Amino acid sequence: MENGSSGVLSEFQQGNVDAFETLFRLHQRAVYGWILRIVRNPAAAEDLTVETFWRIHRAHARFQPSRGFEGWARRIATHAALDWLRTGRPECALTAEVSAELAARTIADAAVTAEIRQKTALAFGRLKPKLRIAATLAVVEEQPHKDVAEALGISVAAVKLRVFRALRLLRKDLERQGITP
Amino acid sequence: MNAHNEDRLKRLLQEALPRIEGEPEPGRDLWPAVLRRLDAQPAAPPWFDWALLAGLVGFVAFFPASIPVFLYYL
Repeated sequence: MENGSSGVLSEFQQGNVDAFETLFRLHQRAVYGWILRIVRNPAAAEDLTVETFWRIHRAHARFQPSRGFEGWARRIATHAALDWLRTGRPECALTAEVSAELAARTIADAAVTAEIRQKTALAFGRLKPKLRIAATLAVVEEQPHKDVAEALGISVAAVKLRVFRALRLLRKDLERQGITP
Repeated sequence: MNAHNEDRLKRLLQEALPRIEGEPEPGRDLWPAVLRRLDAQPAAPPWFDWALLAGLVGFVAFFPASIPVFLYYL
């Protein structure tokens, strides 16, 4: 994500809609991509991108141009996605999405069957959203822990702890299903 | 969970959930939807949300020991 010029940022802070549109055009793709990586559902990611920019506009007076737009937008986007995950809808979305994906994929690793991958995806979907979001970004999407920490508003150590807890709970869930990863 | 087991579990998770490559684009122009959202009146929270909040505050006031439990599940 590129930061807009300081003039645009200052105008946005004062509530200028043209400056807001400029920032939207500059950052919408990156914000959408970030949200999609979390929710893994294109339609929901589009709605959440709209929701994110609405929240951004609502909070324009609190924006500090010196701190840049990118990180701020990413943080708001992460919280919007987290709110969506907490509604409970994503488990249905995840199931459908992942099932379709798995059905279409050939077996990448002969040792890991499609059934195990599907059970893993479903078990992962049962984790608490705050653990799932950290593990999705850090493990699945391999985003730097520093970026994940900044987006979630927590420390790098807290991100590592959440990833550790997510993996431990995932392992327990899989073991209950007779799968030993 | 040792490092080897953790790596195997991470690989399994990466196999189960395909990574989203590149920088995906939304399927439509989202600016009109943002404008509509800005023009819409903010939805007032329904009365039962306020009732739930009041009940929660009351519960926490009477049972402060429950605060860590709530924080854990947030």
